[in-house]
Amino acid sequence: MLALEARHALRGFALDVALDVAPGRCLALAGPSGAGKTTVLRIAAGLLRPGAGRVSCGGEVWLDTARGRDLPPERRRVGVVFQDYALFPHLSARDNVVFGVAGQPRAERRRRAQDALERLGVGGLAGARPADLSGGERQRVALARALAREPRALLLDEPLAALDARNRSRAGHELERVLSAAGVPVLLVTHDFGEAAALADEVAVLDRGRVIQRGVPDHIAAAPASAFVADLVGATVLTGTARAGANGLTTVALDGGGEAVSTDIAEGRVAVSLYPWEVVLEPPGTPPAGSARNRLEARVASMTRLGNRVRVGLTGGQPLTAELTAASADDLGLAPGDQVVATWKGTATRVVPLD
Amino acid sequence: MTRSGRFAVLLAAALAVAFVFLALPMVAIFVDTSPGALLDSLGSGESLDALRLSLECSALALAVIVIVGTPAAYLLATRSFRGRAFVVTVLELPLVLPPAVAGIALLAALGPKGILGSALADTGVELVLTTAGVVVALTFVASPFYLRQAQAAFAAVDPTLLAAARTLGAGEARAFGRVAIPLARGGLAAGAALAWGRALGEFGATLMFAGSLRGVTQTAPLAIYDRFATDFPAALALSAVLLAVSAAVLLAVRLAAGTEALGRART
Repeated sequence: MLALEARHALRGFALDVALDVAPGRCLALAGPSGAGKTTVLRIAAGLLRPGAGRVSCGGEVWLDTARGRDLPPERRRVGVVFQDYALFPHLSARDNVVFGVAGQPRAERRRRAQDALERLGVGGLAGARPADLSGGERQRVALARALAREPRALLLDEPLAALDARNRSRAGHELERVLSAAGVPVLLVTHDFGEAAALADEVAVLDRGRVIQRGVPDHIAAAPASAFVADLVGATVLTGTARAGANGLTTVALDGGGEAVSTDIAEGRVAVSLYPWEVVLEPPGTPPAGSARNRLEARVASMTRLGNRVRVGLTGGQPLTAELTAASADDLGLAPGDQVVATWKGTATRVVPLD
Repeated sequence: MTRSGRFAVLLAAALAVAFVFLALPMVAIFVDTSPGALLDSLGSGESLDALRLSLECSALALAVIVIVGTPAAYLLATRSFRGRAFVVTVLELPLVLPPAVAGIALLAALGPKGILGSALADTGVELVLTTAGVVVALTFVASPFYLRQAQAAFAAVDPTLLAAARTLGAGEARAFGRVAIPLARGGLAAGAALAWGRALGEFGATLMFAGSLRGVTQTAPLAIYDRFATDFPAALALSAVLLAVSAAVLLAVRLAAGTEALGRART
């Protein structure tokens, strides 16, 4: 079990977190840049001493400011994968790994380093310098380096951010396999909720130094605790004022015009969150036919094709995003500047506090 | 002629003036020295003594500078502390200090009547008019060149790499030796070469602090000045040798800087 509690003054706000991760589990700390994510990792690794806090791992106390205990990073048996991997440019991949393997005779250290590289499928690159490796290969070498010293906990800073989009999903699957095989608590930080959901068993959302929601990724996506979380998980967030409406539904008068109906109960200033893939677009003037209770007139501002999907940016009273299949967009003959009606169901509409 | 064409001619003319002005005296040394005179002067024991003393003292000074300066520069580059700017300014002051002032300052500090003079005398250390004094003078004037370069070289090392070394089980000393120094080596070599070049050419501070005793404190520049009035060809020949040695040092700087640039391009 990796347990961390820390309070630390940062620029403009105070970090105040308490986290714990069981062996073999992966907790992702997700939040925008500047929320204090990397600071948490640095505190866990011993690279930063917080104003107050306690870090323990597997029964060993690494930091306890109340008792004046603060083990330096080299005595914490922690594996860290830095954002840009931080491989030593003057050493070969193998020597990068050897650097972290302590204690044994040189030949034994080299053998263990080679084993670690083999396990990550980069044994053949042992002699190469980091500059000659691709992003994905560097990530594997960095992982091998962190794992070769048999750490009691693994910390990863934006593990996939340095990879191009093409390699990210494959590297993600690979990483998930490696992390679950490691059998130690894994704490990773990322600004990308999708990455957090793909890699972690649990996600803690960090905003301005505080964890504002923690849970399994699906639960957070289905029920974001606030407009901030909804935005982070990729939902469209509209602001407005809620009141009790007919049939036990909540009606939200949206800022900038229009109304939204939700099955959630709320009153007063709120945010409405809905996912782009739950929005249906219809040509203007179509009479309401289906079961969707929300209808907003909007203009197509932008269209971005992502393979077989199209993300459509809409301007109405507030900006809105719809995601359609490319085929539907073609059938509708959709083009920027077109007037459309965006519809979606009241059951797909979450009403959440405005932070 | 177009406006930009005229400007290009102006740039070329400025470079030509600078080049001729700086290169001419150096070429003249070799033109005025016949190979025979050169060999004769090198054959004379006194010139050889002066040259050997110069090389020994500057090498010794450089060793002191590198051994003390490397960790000092690392600290300046990687830690922020109160009064850091003041410390850096003081360390760089000898760069702009006139050599005569440096000599007087050393006398005032370490001379027989200086503030540490009696303490040094008690421990039996004599610097004035001794070879050790030459090394002290060279170290004083040359160390800022190394400190500056080394500090810049360490500051350019990505702190994340040092953090990575720590999380991989390396203490601060091992991170310094295995990561910081190898990554800063190009800048360190360039700084060492510059400091060595400065020490090799040192004249004023050495003269004032250590004197110009043949075979004891008379380094090559002092020997050149000594011969200048009495034996101009010998002075010229020794100058030619010193110029060749300095050129070699500068070339070493270029090579060190070159490999560093190469290393950057590859990462």
